Amino acid sequence: MGAVTEELLAAWQAQIRDAAARGDCVEIRGGGSKAFLGEPARGAVLDTRAWRGVVSYEPTELVITVRAGTPLAEVEAVLAERNQMLAFEPPHFGNATVGGMVAAGLSGPRRASAGAVRDHVLGISLLDGRGELLRFGGQVMKNVAGYDVSRLMCGAMGCLGLLLDVSLKVLPRPALERTVRLSMTLSEALQAMNRWGGEPLPISATCWVGDSVYVRLSGAHAAVDAAVARLKGDVLDDAAQAGFWLAIREQTHPFFSRHAPLWRLSVPSVEEPIGLPGEVLLEWGGALRWVLCEDGALARERASKEHGSAMLFRALHGSSLQRFDALSPASRAIHQRLKQAFDPARVFNRGRMYPDW
Amino acid sequence: MTDSLPGFALQDQAFEVVDRVALIEALSQILREGCLLTELEDLRPWECDGLAAMRETPSLVALPETEAQVIAVLRVCSRLGVPVVARGAGTSLSGGAMPHRHGVLLAMAKFRQILRVDPVARIAVVQPGVRNKAISEAALQHGLYYAPDPSSQIACTIGGNVAENAGGVHCLKYGLTVHNVMRVRGITIDGEVLECGSHALDGPGFDLLALVNGSEGMLLVITEVSVRLLPIPQQARCVLAAFGSVVQAGEAVAAIIAEGIIPAGLEMMDQPATAAVEAFVHAGYPLDAAAILLVECDGSPEEVAEELARVQSVLERAGAAAVRVSRNEEERLRFWAGRKAAFPAAGRLAPDYYCMDGTIPRRRLGEMLTAIAEMERKYALRCMNVFHAGDGNLHPLILFDSAAPGEQARAEAFGTEILERSVALGGSITGEHGVGVEKIAQMCVQFGDAEIRMFHRIKAAFDRSGLLNPGKAIPSLRRCAEGGRMHVTGGRLPYPELERF
Repeated sequence: MGAVTEELLAAWQAQIRDAAARGDCVEIRGGGSKAFLGEPARGAVLDTRAWRGVVSYEPTELVITVRAGTPLAEVEAVLAERNQMLAFEPPHFGNATVGGMVAAGLSGPRRASAGAVRDHVLGISLLDGRGELLRFGGQVMKNVAGYDVSRLMCGAMGCLGLLLDVSLKVLPRPALERTVRLSMTLSEALQAMNRWGGEPLPISATCWVGDSVYVRLSGAHAAVDAAVARLKGDVLDDAAQAGFWLAIREQTHPFFSRHAPLWRLSVPSVEEPIGLPGEVLLEWGGALRWVLCEDGALARERASKEHGSAMLFRALHGSSLQRFDALSPASRAIHQRLKQAFDPARVFNRGRMYPDW
Repeated sequence: MTDSLPGFALQDQAFEVVDRVALIEALSQILREGCLLTELEDLRPWECDGLAAMRETPSLVALPETEAQVIAVLRVCSRLGVPVVARGAGTSLSGGAMPHRHGVLLAMAKFRQILRVDPVARIAVVQPGVRNKAISEAALQHGLYYAPDPSSQIACTIGGNVAENAGGVHCLKYGLTVHNVMRVRGITIDGEVLECGSHALDGPGFDLLALVNGSEGMLLVITEVSVRLLPIPQQARCVLAAFGSVVQAGEAVAAIIAEGIIPAGLEMMDQPATAAVEAFVHAGYPLDAAAILLVECDGSPEEVAEELARVQSVLERAGAAAVRVSRNEEERLRFWAGRKAAFPAAGRLAPDYYCMDGTIPRRRLGEMLTAIAEMERKYALRCMNVFHAGDGNLHPLILFDSAAPGEQARAEAFGTEILERSVALGGSITGEHGVGVEKIAQMCVQFGDAEIRMFHRIKAAFDRSGLLNPGKAIPSLRRCAEGGRMHVTGGRLPYPELERF
């Protein structure tokens, strides 16, 4: 660790301990690209972007270790030079940092085939709510010593600690990618996506929007070519393919620009159309359903009925609805005790996930 | 708000005060006759798991038949302050299911139902006592399988797989247990039902599912598991390559990855291991090679052909002395037979062997093997090395004879030094076997006090009294402070019939 980072770390530890002593809270902020996500932030801003840079990158080990304040774009550029990638295709939504990527736990189009952020996090260091520096996991693929705290940080919305260094598993870019488009209704698309999922096809992403299903095939040339022939449909040219999946990943597709609350429903992929009023976009073989829906209570009720969950992803200004589904009493009690374990004075991102902590 | 540590974080609890009579009385109200074992001769068969050198007779063995009984048993134990150790098939190599002498051994052997295989959703819902291999067998008719394949898969159960976050030889491409389990239903020591994960790909709140995988029975007792099923690859073929040095073989592995190839399996064996298995199974391995690599490619026939050609070309450029591609399924299985026979082959070379499970960054392999060769001289013991080369998981097999004076102690010291070197090289003391009782002293090498304290706080968030599997996985601070290496004895395997790799 260099002198600058030592100094920064000491300053953050002091800030955390001061806040804890005074009963104040701190908003952990990287690029601010996901400020819209979750409940509103509170407290003095702790800007992570000074904690920046690639600590180590070993392409042949498939591991990169980066500081949490590093822009995601910078990490992806470094990986692209060696023809590698973050296989879970995290969204940038602007200036995302690696810390925010882990804390929000959002994965992109490749999630259903390649796994989520949490499946690629190998190790993490963090400051807990006592200002104590802790290191978990490491830079190796297999490591079962101790509880898996690194993965616990994924999607915890920064409520458990200030992330410092993150080690991630990276993967080679596929030799070839092709996307085919087929006209289908929502019901047909759900059935087809689940049917294809049970076949040995190299599907890396699916999306249904505007009466068409888009299927991306990735892998060895022979496998992709065979799958394209098997699925039939229109093959997108390279530019159209790249543009389409980027627009889905970054939510710049016209679907996402409508002025309506955007609900993110995560449900078992096989469920039939869940009958919410409003436009729908499907991803992840039907397991992720974006719905533009004014009736939040109904969205929650339907998702819950299908044994899934509903998140109010982008709310209209002034919305008072809770962003995340309520937890079961047993789960809630454990969440509260985990929060207490990591951050007893509730310094970090207070109320960002649930109002009571 | 208070910020105190749980008592069990500071030092191991004693539990001598348990009222055994009251316990038997309460549990016999819950369990059917024959499902509560209390006599010494009935308890003896349960006194160890796959780590046979560590034995303890449990106070009682409970064999619940329903989740309601599990809940009731746990409530009784919680009320009376009785330790509980959950057990599946008992194949753990780290003593994760070793009983507690004052505790209840909660054997989940009666939870053997495959509740549902959904071929459309590609999910199987099973009880924890279902064998790993049985899931794939049930899914076969739909062209699906469950990917993680720990070597004991014909015997080990899914509950234990989740508890240990079990691996296998296909982890690099298909992941560990944690990557293939969608949902775990479990019971806390207070008797509360906790659902972690779901059949959706994510959900609200913290990722408790990640925390439960690999938690070694410390957080809850698993009563149901939903796993992800994958389409069975149409074809698999294997390449066998011989190298003049282990460093060269290691470089070949790096070159395959650098080429952008993620093989389904990528295994290495050194010369002593190759020689030992060749004499045993006649797999056709070249005996003059310092190291051999097995590289498996799977997928559609076109895909496999394309990948194989690339792998062959990389191996030849990397200086392989010989490269052979399996021509048919029989030959592929023969290539693997040698690798899978490594453990029994070790058993033929010496009366005892001690299997280590460290992981290291792959590029440090040369250093590690050089260090192990020095340790062989230092401890005057032989060691053969098999290596999940794709993910850096090394299984040195230290050969010894426990009947020879001093050999067992030297083998233990040898093993300890390997684990400590793994940590020093940036790796871990355990890649897939778990900490259990076996490696609990080395936890103090891999982690500092601050991390150990946090592990205990996490434990307390689920189990405030520390009743689930006490004395395992996470050492007390006192144990670390005293530097008290437990020097556990070697891993003689009670299941010689199982393949171990």
